[in-house]
Amino acid sequence: MDITSPLEAVVDTAPDTTPGAPAVARITLRGRIDREGDDALGAAYREVTALDAPIVHLDFGGVGYINSTGIALIVRLLAEARRDHREVRASGLSEHYREIFRITRLSDFMTLVGDDTTSEGATG
Amino acid sequence: MAFIHSLRRSLGRGSAPAESQPDAELARQAVAAIATGPEIDIAPTDPLLAYLAAAPGPVDLPSLDLDSQAVRDLRAAGVVLVVPLVSQGELIGTLNLGPRLSEQEYSSDDRRLLTSLAAQAAPAVRVAQLVQEQAAELRQRERYEQEMSVATLIQQQFLPRELPKLTDWQIAAFYGPARAVGGDFYDFIELPDGRLAIVEGDVTDKGVPAALVMARTHSILRGEAARLVSPAKVLARANELLVAEMPERMFVTCLYVVLDPSTGHVVYANAGHNLPYVRTAEGVVEFRATGLPLGLMPDVVYEEYEGVIGPGDSVLIYSDGIVEAHDPTGDMYGFPRLREAMSSVKAGNELLDDLLERLHAFTGRGWEQEDDITMVTLRRSAGASASAYAEATDDETSIVDFEIPGKPGNERIAMERVAEAVAPLGIDPARLERLKTAVSETTMNAIEYGSGGSEDVPVAISVARTETELRVRITDKALGGPIPGEDAEQPDLEAKLAGLQKPRGWGLFLTRNMVDRVDVTPGDGRQTVTLTLNLQGEGDGHHEPA
Repeated sequence: MDITSPLEAVVDTAPDTTPGAPAVARITLRGRIDREGDDALGAAYREVTALDAPIVHLDFGGVGYINSTGIALIVRLLAEARRDHREVRASGLSEHYREIFRITRLSDFMTLVGDDTTSEGATG
Repeated sequence: MAFIHSLRRSLGRGSAPAESQPDAELARQAVAAIATGPEIDIAPTDPLLAYLAAAPGPVDLPSLDLDSQAVRDLRAAGVVLVVPLVSQGELIGTLNLGPRLSEQEYSSDDRRLLTSLAAQAAPAVRVAQLVQEQAAELRQRERYEQEMSVATLIQQQFLPRELPKLTDWQIAAFYGPARAVGGDFYDFIELPDGRLAIVEGDVTDKGVPAALVMARTHSILRGEAARLVSPAKVLARANELLVAEMPERMFVTCLYVVLDPSTGHVVYANAGHNLPYVRTAEGVVEFRATGLPLGLMPDVVYEEYEGVIGPGDSVLIYSDGIVEAHDPTGDMYGFPRLREAMSSVKAGNELLDDLLERLHAFTGRGWEQEDDITMVTLRRSAGASASAYAEATDDETSIVDFEIPGKPGNERIAMERVAEAVAPLGIDPARLERLKTAVSETTMNAIEYGSGGSEDVPVAISVARTETELRVRITDKALGGPIPGEDAEQPDLEAKLAGLQKPRGWGLFLTRNMVDRVDVTPGDGRQTVTLTLNLQGEGDGHHEPA
């Protein structure tokens, strides 16, 4: 897993839509989430706000490293999403980062999807 | 033919006596009035001297029955009559006469005249000798003082004008030249990699020759230190250069130490210099290292040694002048006394002052220093904790020690290196991930708070284990203030989401949840965070958030 590349955050311009279900805007994350990821994550969320999707899905499957500064960036995104009445979902987290999301209580405020993502998710 | 034979031969061919001395003038006139003849070397043990000292008057050589080389030499030189010159009971010379020009025997009147002349001339000759001795001594002293002044000047040109200033290190040096300046020197050389080379040397011989060899050695070592890192190679190269140009019967002892100030780690090599003393909590020990002095023979290979100067330890590097000092009875100060003195708790200049006071108490007042005394001492602050290596306790086995520049982002390097180092321990993968996060977070804090984000200020990381625990120590220089501790605000996600707390502030919280114990040790200009992971039992390191 890539822990050396700076964060890339790619927003799906055509949000997932399932008939009868609310629209989901997916942000696919790659690289590491640390202080250098500030701009990428902030820009991605601003892009999401233009999509009018009530759900933001953060795909951590390509993330190899999240540090405490990265956690702070996710907290800020979560705070903005809550202010905008958007639900935040997360997938692709390794068991280690799921644990960190539990310890920080991020998992109390966002939905972790996917029961077993260890093999495909961030390994730390 | 007649001439005065002076028994103070070293003075016999000197300049004329001082004009102001009446007796000396008399002697000068006496000498001038008599033709000078060949100098006859009379051995101090020759029986003729004792014979003449006891003789009441002139002695006939042709009839003298004495087995004496001097008699044979005098006869061969044509001397037939020797008149002893005695002053205050001491034979100070002779008046040697050849045959009379009239070819007649010396008469009784002649002998009385000569006896009378000798009685008057002897005190004057003695005075002349004393004056010449004094003048020669004065000239010799002036030459000596001038030479010593030149030697001192050379010596001082090559001593460091300032001592290095290193965080957590107290460095002091003393150079006390003997009246006959020796060839001691010391030097501090800052190496490109941030380490410090400490050099002390002692050239055999004294005065200008020793000072010149010292100057040459000094410049060779400086030149080679910039080019070669290894102390053994620096000494070997210096030896090769010095062998080719070393004056006969001269050589240089030299100790070359390279210190890593951030860890206390030293690498050193020795070319016949005294072994440094190291005062540790357990007592005074030697940094043992041997090798041939520089300049004695070519192709010398020097061995390299390593050690660690722990927090609170003091090192003393010293030259012969102190251990070879003598008291009035001839007893030598010696290594045991210096070692005993080194056990005093003092450090830096106070230690040097104390060592010199003890030496002076031994030698007594009025002691004339026999040789240069040079001492260099280093003390590592007791609070210095940057060296995780040095902190390792007896029950620990070191796994790895390394440093990273204090640059943001390097915490990932630290994390990966620790993970790599502990891989052979077979730690459960989930617990290893927690350890990695703890190392990364702590190192990031060390870079941010300890190094101020400067690449020039390293963070030291040490990994060690006991039978039951894995310990990772991360040490910084506390340049940006202390790492937030127990009193730091606990992160509260709800408060952060509500904008009541800043989004940041997770580092220490995460770290405490990732390992079994976190200890913060503040030091003197440093701080160390120790992360402990239990190695017994699965899940010991797994902590659910409170």
